[in-house]
Amino acid sequence: MLIARVVGELTATRKHPAHEGQKLLLVQPLQLDGANRGDAVVAVDSVGAGVGDRVLLTQEGFSAFSSIGQMLTPVDAAVLGIIDEVDLESA
Amino acid sequence: MQLGRVVGRVWATVKNENLTGHRLLIVQPVTPELRDTGRRVVCTDWTGAGAGEVVYWSRAREASFAFSPDEVVTDATIVGIVDELHVRRS
Repeated sequence: MLIARVVGELTATRKHPAHEGQKLLLVQPLQLDGANRGDAVVAVDSVGAGVGDRVLLTQEGFSAFSSIGQMLTPVDAAVLGIIDEVDLESA
Repeated sequence: MQLGRVVGRVWATVKNENLTGHRLLIVQPVTPELRDTGRRVVCTDWTGAGAGEVVYWSRAREASFAFSPDEVVTDATIVGIVDELHVRRS
């Protein structure tokens, strides 16, 4: 998983049925120092995250579609948690 | 999934039978601010998207699942046409 920041939302009328009723978030992966790590991705939301939240992002298909109960569907990224705190020193 | 813009189309008369009937579109990945980023990819299409449209696409094994139960041989599939993007970076 990656640490990431929710930077927006996306709406789409025409989309795959597996995405119907799902909140689609624009999520920017981060390095541990907070700098951007590559480009933002589109992820489904399994936890009720919102813009500005720091979150856990998976870009592995099985965990992504499992997290929203849509098995074997074209979902390759999902937000799996909202991060309260990261403590690097004691890790 | 990743954001992209449809910038072209590929025709291939000779292709794997599990690609028969599928449109092949060229997609330029873009950022949420709609700036081009990275290299263009060829995608199968679930949506009926057309040139210039902003879309989002799935990659790897999940790209094929868009057409389930058909076993389409693809590693990138357009799965949605974007209506609106709301971006707020702090």
